Amino acid sequence: MGFFSKFFAKLFGGWAKKKGNIKLGLYGPPNAGKTTLANIICKDWLGEEMGSVSKVPHETREIQIKEQISMKSKGKELLFNLVDTPGIATKIDYEDFLKAGLKENVAKKRAKEATKGVIDAIKWLDDMDAVVVVLDATKDPYSQVNITLIGNLEARDIPVLIVGNKIDLKKAKIKKVQAAFPQYNVVGISAKYGKNTDKFYETLFKTVG
Amino acid sequence: MVTLQLIPYSQIETLTSIGRIRKLLNIAKENKIVLLQGRLRKDEEAELIKATMEEISPEFKGIELAVINPNENLTGLRRIRGGFANMLLGNRQGMTVIGPANVVKKIKKDPNKIELFTQEAKSKKKRKKKR
Repeated sequence: MGFFSKFFAKLFGGWAKKKGNIKLGLYGPPNAGKTTLANIICKDWLGEEMGSVSKVPHETREIQIKEQISMKSKGKELLFNLVDTPGIATKIDYEDFLKAGLKENVAKKRAKEATKGVIDAIKWLDDMDAVVVVLDATKDPYSQVNITLIGNLEARDIPVLIVGNKIDLKKAKIKKVQAAFPQYNVVGISAKYGKNTDKFYETLFKTVG
Repeated sequence: MVTLQLIPYSQIETLTSIGRIRKLLNIAKENKIVLLQGRLRKDEEAELIKATMEEISPEFKGIELAVINPNENLTGLRRIRGGFANMLLGNRQGMTVIGPANVVKKIKKDPNKIELFTQEAKSKKKRKKKR
């Protein structure tokens, strides 16, 4: 790219972002509830769902995008493209899918697609303008995937909002998530039941808007 | 039997990012647990996860990864001092554990210790590393 192309891309690229081409990514480990949250956001602000959810991990194995979502709060508007990403993991064992009741050929295919999904999710990090990290509040927040993910976002200067999902469950410990990441806004929600989503939207505006 | 391989930071210091990742991943693929002095950069950790995913097969199911960083809880001047030392000497502080998923079932980490549960042990026997 020549000097002038770069100059104009920088000049008008920034303008376009302000006008609503923000890419808002949903990142996190598998089965944390990223797509459930994406569905809530899309239903609330677009009137339609984003993708299917399942108890079997790695249900989302491809990047999914919903464009031009307009979120409004207290007279302000946030226009963004929502990017739902496959869960990031350091291991994928097709035998886990067998245990979940899938047939062997389906389990092997799912494992192969899931590995590609993780690679794509990491590649897409550079394209994000803001990220919501969705964690399962019933699980250990100190997992290295969480720390590596948040560390990479911090290194790229990408604004981060952390969501501790599944607060409807007794085992959920939102304070433990907050203690693990004290420098970030952490909101506890139940994406499944739509609990505390108002607080989530309010904090999202503060983080991204 | 579980094999641990200690890697001093000096062994990866002069390698490129790709070289570091390949070295560590190749050891893990031999079903050995890597104990690396110090840690990788954040982008290298992400690249390690990507490289691991490219290698997944019925024989190699991935890795368990944990990093203990003594600077994490430091504040103010001590944190700046730690950051300065890292700039001069590389990320020698702390420890990185990389266990092949075939051998290591789970690595549980809190800020001050790593608990490593092996597949054979099924969480009854555990190996503890304390800082």
